[in-house]
Amino acid sequence: MAITSPERRAWWNEPVERVELIWIAVALLWGLFMFFFMIAWHFIGGQNLATEAYKVTPSAYQDKVDAFAEKYQVRDEAGTPVVRPPAGVDVYLLGRLWQWWPVLELEKGQSYRLHLSSVDWQHGFSLQPTNINIQVHPGYEHVITLTPTESGEFGIICNEFCGIGHHTMTGKIIVVDSKAETK
Amino acid sequence: MSTFEGALAATRERVANFRTCQFTGLKVDIAAQRLIIANAVAAVVFLAVGGLMGLLVALTRWPAVHLLPAEWFYLILTAHGANVLLFWIIFFEIAVLYFASAVLLNSRIAAPKLGWLGFVLMVVGAIITNIAVLQGESTVMFTSYPPMMARPHFYLGIILFAVGALIGVGLFFATLVIARAERTYEGSIPLVTFGALTAAIIAVFTLVSGAIILIPTMLWSMGLIRDIDPLMYKLVWWAMGHSSQQINVSAHVSVWYMIGALVLGAKPLSEKVSRGAFFLYILFLQLASAHHLLAEPGISAEWKIVNTSYMMYLAVLGSMIHGLTVPGSIEAAQRRNGFNRGVFEWLRKAPWGNPAFSGMFLSLVMFGFIGGISGVVLGTEQLNVLMHNTIYVPGHFHGTVVAGTTLAFMAGTYLVLPLIFQRDIIWPGLARIQPYLFGIGAAGISMFMMGAGTLGVARRHWDINFTDAVIGFQHSPGAFLMMGLNGISAILAALGGILYVLIVVGTALFGKKIVPGHKMTFPLHSAARVVSKYGSEGTIKLPGTIVLVTIFFLSFVLYYFVNWKYLSDLWQFR
Ligand code: HEM
Ligand SMILES: [Cu+2]
Ligand SMILES: [Cu+2]
Repeated sequence: MAITSPERRAWWNEPVERVELIWIAVALLWGLFMFFFMIAWHFIGGQNLATEAYKVTPSAYQDKVDAFAEKYQVRDEAGTPVVRPPAGVDVYLLGRLWQWWPVLELEKGQSYRLHLSSVDWQHGFSLQPTNINIQVHPGYEHVITLTPTESGEFGIICNEFCGIGHHTMTGKIIVVDSKAETK
Repeated sequence: MSTFEGALAATRERVANFRTCQFTGLKVDIAAQRLIIANAVAAVVFLAVGGLMGLLVALTRWPAVHLLPAEWFYLILTAHGANVLLFWIIFFEIAVLYFASAVLLNSRIAAPKLGWLGFVLMVVGAIITNIAVLQGESTVMFTSYPPMMARPHFYLGIILFAVGALIGVGLFFATLVIARAERTYEGSIPLVTFGALTAAIIAVFTLVSGAIILIPTMLWSMGLIRDIDPLMYKLVWWAMGHSSQQINVSAHVSVWYMIGALVLGAKPLSEKVSRGAFFLYILFLQLASAHHLLAEPGISAEWKIVNTSYMMYLAVLGSMIHGLTVPGSIEAAQRRNGFNRGVFEWLRKAPWGNPAFSGMFLSLVMFGFIGGISGVVLGTEQLNVLMHNTIYVPGHFHGTVVAGTTLAFMAGTYLVLPLIFQRDIIWPGLARIQPYLFGIGAAGISMFMMGAGTLGVARRHWDINFTDAVIGFQHSPGAFLMMGLNGISAILAALGGILYVLIVVGTALFGKKIVPGHKMTFPLHSAARVVSKYGSEGTIKLPGTIVLVTIFFLSFVLYYFVNWKYLSDLWQFR
């Protein structure tokens, strides 16, 4: 029994049941499959989190975001600048207590280098309803090449607890169809 | 290790006082029995407190109820995490360690005085941390990620608690040494003790990691250290935070085997396979913090893949093996007990009215299907981005640590009460339904939180409506429905939890004292009395178990690929 010493002293020599052996083989192969599938997705998949990141001080990051917003601001929404960078450029988003700043306007099908960092505590970049979730750390600038594949208005909420205003921390990404560009 | 030597030295003078258990024939050291009772009682107290906090949290997250104000919500959530995940679980595990060493090996326990010291440290630590949280300036969640800072005594309490637990673990090792030296058993240690040994080894790694990260963090909070790197913190903190989940798994799998043995006379199909599966946990435990870093900046994909999979899923392999051998050993035992008709007579005629068995089997099924499968999916490098920090995450771990570990420990309690407290269960009718009530509630909170997370609802979040946000956001109606259903399930789980606490307290105080010749309300298997000798396993077929694991495997594969499908529909990023 499981609560008494093994009946046979040399339990390591006991033969193993066939059903156990088969199950071990199945589970082992499935594990190997899942392992290699993660590697494979780097080659066949369109969703792999970038590993590009830099150390940055909060104030240096703040300056970059300010310069970016000033350069490409197109209008204002509820006191937050709406920034529309041209396709392909570096785009900056800042997490701070308690907002995602600024509002971004991107074009569907274009790729952008999105920079993410925080100037105070950790925040959780959570793009909704798409459901892309990335942790944002102060002191680290994370660069993700992002390609929106659908147009519309998307909310960014914060899903890392960041103090008493955590549930008021939101932002927005507006994705416009590229046709709007050409007309 | 100095505690270890101290334990050995201190133990030399004591003459142990034993009784013999009339149901199992085991020799029980009264000093060990007292320590087990104390730790189990403390565990139940913290479960009661922490569980009620869980209910308050869930009722607040039910949009139609929205019970607590924001400040209280975050405060109570911090306390909930600490009280249940740290204090309830670890107190109970210390009781399990003492039981699996001293009691199962017929041995005296090493240095009971040190055991009491450890116990007092744990109690004091847990109280200090609770006070820190309730004072209101340490609302940092139990993970306490910097740069968010708690008051120093928040960390101090956890450190004291960990030191106390480490003493308990040291006593476990020392007791193994004593039992071996005094030849209180023959051959190898029993499987359950082996599982507990696995848990104890992991616990050393875990508690040391905790000290390595929390001591500097406390000094930082006192102003003595300038800076704690938030990424480094997470790496080391989760070496405690997640490895300790492997303590839980090792401990509750041991409890499954123990209940199978005591209630049904089950014995492992193969000692080698079951022990090997435990051993896999030890080999790969230190990789565990990686899956908490999948969404973080600047970590290489190679590192993530190797670590998050625990080196090619070899630790998952361990759990999948137990997933076969535990029900398999039960099926084999039941067939020997005469329930041999068809594929499932053994399961239909199992003692479903015995809360030890029903709790154990529900825990086994739900840990595998809910907690296990979702854990592998969540820990897959790319899939993590779909649910990182959404309420899917608490959904997953209520499947592991509530439906799995907590329910298994509750089931184990129904054996500890008569065997160690020596009181028969009062209110057998209520005890019979308790595991179902709690189990269904726990399954509900797990699955509905997972559902809401799939729809994007954030974890640790007070307002699903974003009422005070400058830029508003509206979740889908499905998300609201899920959070409502979560609230209803929470009420069921809380009722099950309250019943459990009442039954334990009631039995400990007013249960019928067990005297020689007593007939237990929920009897043990007759084989528990004798050192059983069964015939060769080779003749036994396990068709029912094969059906069960096949269903499990197909669900696993299906759910895995459904999530890849979701992922492939996302925006592209690299
Ligand atoms: C009546 C039973 C319980 C209910 C209704 C319950 C409910 C909840 C809810 C709704 C959350 C919050 C999710 C969020 O907003 O992020 C939560 C968090 C949590 N629960 Fe439970 N829970 C229960 C029992 C337990 C038990 C027994 C454990 C551990 C053994 C546990 C461990 C945790 C942990 C670790 C967290 C995360 C706290 C954090 O995010 O800092 N819960 N629970
Ligand atoms: Cu935030
Ligand atoms: Cu936040």
